Amino acid sequence: MNAPLSRRALLQAAGALIVTVPLSGAVVAAPVAVKPGPADLDAWIAVGRDGRVTAFVGKFDMGMGLDVAIAQMVGEELDMSADKVELVMGDTFRTVDQGGVSGSRGLANGGVALRAAAAEARRLLGEAASKHLGAPAGSLEAWDGAIWVAGQPKRRVTYAALVGGKGFGAPIKWNGQFGNALAITGEAKPKAAAKYRVVGKPMPRRDVAAKVLGTAEYVSDLRVAGMLHARVILPPAAGAVPVSVDEASLSGIQGAQVVRQKDFLAVLAPVEWDAVRASRALKVSWSKPPPAFPDQAGLYDHIRKSPSVQTSVGPKIGDPDAVFASGARVIEAEYEWPFQSHASLGPACAVADVRPDSATVWTASQKGHAQALGCAKLLGRPPGSVRVITMIGPGAYGRNDAGDAAMAATMLSAKVGKPVRVQGMRHEGTGWDPKGPASVHRARAAVDEKGAILAYDFHTRGFSRAEINFTENDPKETLAGQFAGYDNKPGHNLGLPEDSYDIPARRLAWTSVAPFLDRANPLRASHLRDPMGPQMHFASESFFDEVALATGQDPVAMRLRHMTSARDIAVLRGAAEKAGWVSGPPGARREKRGDVLVGRGVACGRGHGTLIAIVAEVEVTPATGRVWARRVVVAHDCGLVVNPKGLRTVIEGNVVHGLSRALFEEVAFDRSAVTSVDWATYPIIDIADTPETIDIVLLNQPDIDPTGAGEPTTRFVAAAVANAVFDATGVRFRRAPLTPERIKAGLRKV
Amino acid sequence: MAQQRLKLRVNGKSRAVSVEADTPLLYALRELSDLNAPHFGCGLAQCGACTVHLDGQPVRSCAIPATAATGEIVTLAGLGTAEKPHPVQQAWIDEEVPQCGYCVSGWIMTAAAFLKTNKNPTDAQIREALAGLKCRCGTHTAILRAVKRAAQVMAKGAMAKGVAA
Ligand code: FES
Ligand code: FES
Repeated sequence: MNAPLSRRALLQAAGALIVTVPLSGAVVAAPVAVKPGPADLDAWIAVGRDGRVTAFVGKFDMGMGLDVAIAQMVGEELDMSADKVELVMGDTFRTVDQGGVSGSRGLANGGVALRAAAAEARRLLGEAASKHLGAPAGSLEAWDGAIWVAGQPKRRVTYAALVGGKGFGAPIKWNGQFGNALAITGEAKPKAAAKYRVVGKPMPRRDVAAKVLGTAEYVSDLRVAGMLHARVILPPAAGAVPVSVDEASLSGIQGAQVVRQKDFLAVLAPVEWDAVRASRALKVSWSKPPPAFPDQAGLYDHIRKSPSVQTSVGPKIGDPDAVFASGARVIEAEYEWPFQSHASLGPACAVADVRPDSATVWTASQKGHAQALGCAKLLGRPPGSVRVITMIGPGAYGRNDAGDAAMAATMLSAKVGKPVRVQGMRHEGTGWDPKGPASVHRARAAVDEKGAILAYDFHTRGFSRAEINFTENDPKETLAGQFAGYDNKPGHNLGLPEDSYDIPARRLAWTSVAPFLDRANPLRASHLRDPMGPQMHFASESFFDEVALATGQDPVAMRLRHMTSARDIAVLRGAAEKAGWVSGPPGARREKRGDVLVGRGVACGRGHGTLIAIVAEVEVTPATGRVWARRVVVAHDCGLVVNPKGLRTVIEGNVVHGLSRALFEEVAFDRSAVTSVDWATYPIIDIADTPETIDIVLLNQPDIDPTGAGEPTTRFVAAAVANAVFDATGVRFRRAPLTPERIKAGLRKV
Repeated sequence: MAQQRLKLRVNGKSRAVSVEADTPLLYALRELSDLNAPHFGCGLAQCGACTVHLDGQPVRSCAIPATAATGEIVTLAGLGTAEKPHPVQQAWIDEEVPQCGYCVSGWIMTAAAFLKTNKNPTDAQIREALAGLKCRCGTHTAILRAVKRAAQVMAKGAMAKGVAA
């Protein structure tokens, strides 16, 4: 992962115990002690003189209540209500690199590490109190920052009196890793779930009121004194580079200037609207490279026919080839998924203030520590020298355009010697953000005469989700860096589907094809919410429905008969029961209500350690091609439920985002550019198409550590919908998204 | 183009800004450093993130020139405050609607204006009134709950006032 940013190194660099750390904007906070490294308890938990507890977290809350859930876990171990726990997040100078927002690992890694630290802190507090009160540690009780001898509430002492403002000065065992792999363990064991008083209770989020009252400060709201506004000038065609730039074309715009570093081009002006005007006025003549892309209509053939770059085969079970060759009945099908855009609600924004002896970058990137490392590399400064402050931004679902903006701002601020704010325009955000990769999936199953699956073979072929890295830990991973001449070598990774079935012989594999261009281009693929999850599970879970149909089985019953794990079974049963599932093979319940056809579909499986089953009830209007997922039922088992209130809204967001991608979203492009560049050309779900009901069944597992909820539900939505559409219409749609045009065309064929 | 000094009425106060003839209202508002929302989402009148009230009507501030905004402008922060949130804002808080929250000006300013004249809207009427607004985080189901909650609260409030009068 990232180079270790040790607090001690930093401390030595600073040459003092205390450094002044300005918070956002022009505000300069009180001096903050530079914190020690991850093997020191004080890096994680602090008790203030007033008894307030602060937890330092190397993750960030993207509006899903992660901060509250971690406060609950910390409060639980320290025997205090969660609202007495403050969190410091999103500041690379004050938190350890825990990998930022990543793979729904906020609680699984972030929360669990903090829980270990809090448990250890509680143990040390107990020891100190025992000495102070002259009573054995086992006889003490604690709540909200006070410890007393059980039954003698007057013999008490507070956390503040014991360690307030002083720190613990104690070690904690650290596995030597940074990022998602970081783990710490103390001598103390965290509490048994049966003793929970704080975890598992619904808790209100902390960020909502400010967002709703218009007072929340987004990265785009940050005003740093003396900052210039910048717009990056992107080429009209993929691969085009500026041949000449006519700076005189900006002469009418006050204070406007051009910055160029190799092929990276930007305009700056003191007033934001002037920067926009300058970006429109600047005359650039561009090179005319050969078209980088195939015809969009030929995308999937391109994927099928391009040379394979890398293939990876998952753990092989049994001998699938032998079963397929045995004469058993074989069912097979292919599925296609397009490029999709993050299309965050606003184009990315970042501010950088690079000075000779310090550099601060404000970003909404999910990976602050990686960003800090990348910016330091760009500036040729030591790791740990750039302070990155993560602020809330216009939504993030993985590696969106935020990191590109931050690198551009850093480059520009270094060039002009002033703070610089970069923001994209809409067409740049949607047109040039990193894309979720397009892919083709082939599934095959061999079945016996009773409909049992004997062998299963699943192969994904597509663009790598790692054409650029999912962090901005190097300039070459960003648009600005690539334009400025940092050459990138695309990584290759796709992934394997995660189903819940016990099939005696199976092979899962993926093969990547080369990116269209090895440098900056608007179809470069990276992580988009649940990278490859929606693609692969649209295919695999549609396919299991096809197997159910071909063998005349009820799709729920067929899935259940192939499951052996009690948790998988409970989740699927939970969804089916809540949905009032009526047994029968797909298509059996085809039902007409007025102008619409009604159908139900199921999809289930695993993701990031979480188990999920979805039943979608859809209405299809043949005349218009509209698919409305009227009711969606989700059964969800992510281990221990920390905050049920927050969890439900997160799952709802997954469902709606998943529906949007299943039904509407497809990046359009011509031979040289992306042409879906705004909400008219890249439509997403509208409130008219939002489900009437989303029913959520939470299966709490108090004794199992929490796994993620931030994205896994997304991966099963498209298959549940496609299966329901089949149930309603008898037509199988194997290409996503199921747009009205595709539905109409598909229904015309029958 | 020539700069001009403009006086805008924002959240009950008179504010001076320098603009070009073509500066959109959104960019003029964003020059006021004490104002966070509205946000730039698209600049194309397609998403609603920039919505403010102009004389009580929701307008997309990215799509009208600042010089045309001669009336009373109210932003999200002017609609209500922490002490006295607008019922729609309170409903948004109670339902914990936002994820990133970047979109909320569009939904709340539109819903507040809609509920002023539609006391007891049906689900279909709410969906129609909010059609076209964008939320990328998929908070739509919570939005529908919040609008219904606000409608109920506002109806009760109106009834209470009616009795008092
Ligand atoms: S920013 Fe004005 S409607 Fe999108
Ligand atoms: S909450 Fe993120 S766009 Fe609506």
